[in-house]
Amino acid sequence: MDWLNAIVQGTLLGGLYALFAAGLSLIFGVMRLVNIAHGDLIVLAAYLGLTVTSALGIHPLASLLLVVPAMALIGYGLQRGILNRTLGGDLLPPLLVTFGLSVILQNGLLEIYSADPQKMNAGLLETASVLVGGISLGILPLAMFAIAVAVIAGLQWMFYHTALGRAFRATSDNQAIAQLMGLNRAHVFGLAMALSLAVTGIAGVFLGIRTSFDPSMGGARLIFGFEAVIIGGLGNLWGTLAGGVVLGIAQAIGAQINPGWQLLAGHIAFLVLLAVRPKGLFPRMDG
Amino acid sequence: MPDPILAIAGLDAHYGDFQALYGLDLTVAPGEVIAIIGANGAGKTTLMRSISGLLRNQAEAIRYQGEPIGHLRADQIAARGIALVPEGRQLFPSLSVEENLIIGGQLGRRGPWSLEAIYALFPILEERRAVPSTALSGGQQQMVAIGRALMANPDLLLLDEISLGLAPVIIKTIYDALPGIVSSGMSAMLVEQDIGKALSMSQRVYCLQEGRVSLQGRSDQLSRAEIGRAYFGV
Ligand SMILES: Nc1ncnc2c1ncn2[C@@H]1O[C@H](COP(=O)(O)OP(=O)(O)OP(=O)(O)O)[C@@H](O)[C@H]1O
Ligand SMILES: [Mg+2]
Repeated sequence: MDWLNAIVQGTLLGGLYALFAAGLSLIFGVMRLVNIAHGDLIVLAAYLGLTVTSALGIHPLASLLLVVPAMALIGYGLQRGILNRTLGGDLLPPLLVTFGLSVILQNGLLEIYSADPQKMNAGLLETASVLVGGISLGILPLAMFAIAVAVIAGLQWMFYHTALGRAFRATSDNQAIAQLMGLNRAHVFGLAMALSLAVTGIAGVFLGIRTSFDPSMGGARLIFGFEAVIIGGLGNLWGTLAGGVVLGIAQAIGAQINPGWQLLAGHIAFLVLLAVRPKGLFPRMDG
Repeated sequence: MPDPILAIAGLDAHYGDFQALYGLDLTVAPGEVIAIIGANGAGKTTLMRSISGLLRNQAEAIRYQGEPIGHLRADQIAARGIALVPEGRQLFPSLSVEENLIIGGQLGRRGPWSLEAIYALFPILEERRAVPSTALSGGQQQMVAIGRALMANPDLLLLDEISLGLAPVIIKTIYDALPGIVSSGMSAMLVEQDIGKALSMSQRVYCLQEGRVSLQGRSDQLSRAEIGRAYFGV
């Protein structure tokens, strides 16, 4: 029963990892940008949630109504103001700039919020649970997982059934020709980053409700996101969800064996999958 | 002669240190079809890329509908009504046939061209609307590339070697469609290696040689010998 429980809890945690990963996957897919600051932006969103929650005295989940649009705006501004200037040639400049951004974010958060761990309090929701087949399922993890699935489904639908998704795919295929269709690349990239950070906003608030957080924890979230993306297969959003779930389950099983092995088990699962299926579980279908 | 829709004066174009066009002058009148001929590497594609904004230039070197556009981005130029059928077709592989057409019209410019009109022109595309553009034959892909440009309802249509690599019967189908396309008052610039085709489809022709105009004139008045000299520079 403990094992089954570990798998179920790991699956639910995987939803959060999929949210970490979806934003990364989206911008890599559209503009081949590897955002080293992604984890720190997740943590930034958690702090924004904390600030909004305590300033307005609202429930952490309600803070999403402000955090998500704020993160989207930050994303658009960041892309148009800084990141667009680094794209187009070498892979190195965007890596260096987002690495620098990561350092700035960590130090900025440290300056404003100190290194003390913080947590958002979701009240009764945190302890509420239902018993299914002898396993106690927390309402909050269940809700987060459901929202993660809904976000992935929404992104997938957006990608394949809307004008914006068409613009993203066309720009990803061929930036110059997309420009001939009247799509301003700088704006399309701005929108992609806005969407990526909107998802990051949800991920950050969920993170801040689930666990305590401090300014230094972005790096590990970045790694989880990367691992989920790679396990799932680049450029496949449902694969990203599967990748998150695989990672979550591996971590939960590792922790079940020995509490110190949680992270290690996740990394090992990642490496094994990378060795067995270098293109991920669900590689992109085209080409 | 009415004011030209496109007036190019003293256009230089560079790829890094390499200069591909030297002080090019060229005009297109409203409703006119001009042909651009010239040997491989003469600068025909470079000219198309310059007009469509894929290569940035000095603002005044290219005037369109009376305004300088040389400095504008490709998307801004597209919004003003210039559409390019690029060399090598360059469809979006992640998009279906129909999506490739729809994205061509996403600026929402008004005019005679719509999905229905494209499907009436090239019925095979309607049959294959849902397949990825990569699943089409070369000729069908060229039809999509032309349809994608027409969907923008352009005032000036640029066609870069639309017959390249296609079977003669396919080339005929595509060129048979062209007079109908430009009869709606659209102007067009046609890059074509086949000199006979180029002359028969156009009112005027420019021959490029190593980045310069080596000959220009009315398509029905130039002799083969003149063109041969301008083409190869002998
Ligand atoms: N991206 C590029 N970088 C550097 N040089 C280029 C580039 N594209 C073209 N050139 C050079 O510019 C010159 C003109 O090329 P362009 O493609 O315009 O010729 P073209 O007339 O279209 O030839 P073709 O008939 O082969 O299509 C050539 O010498 C070519 O080598
Ligand atoms: Mg060419």
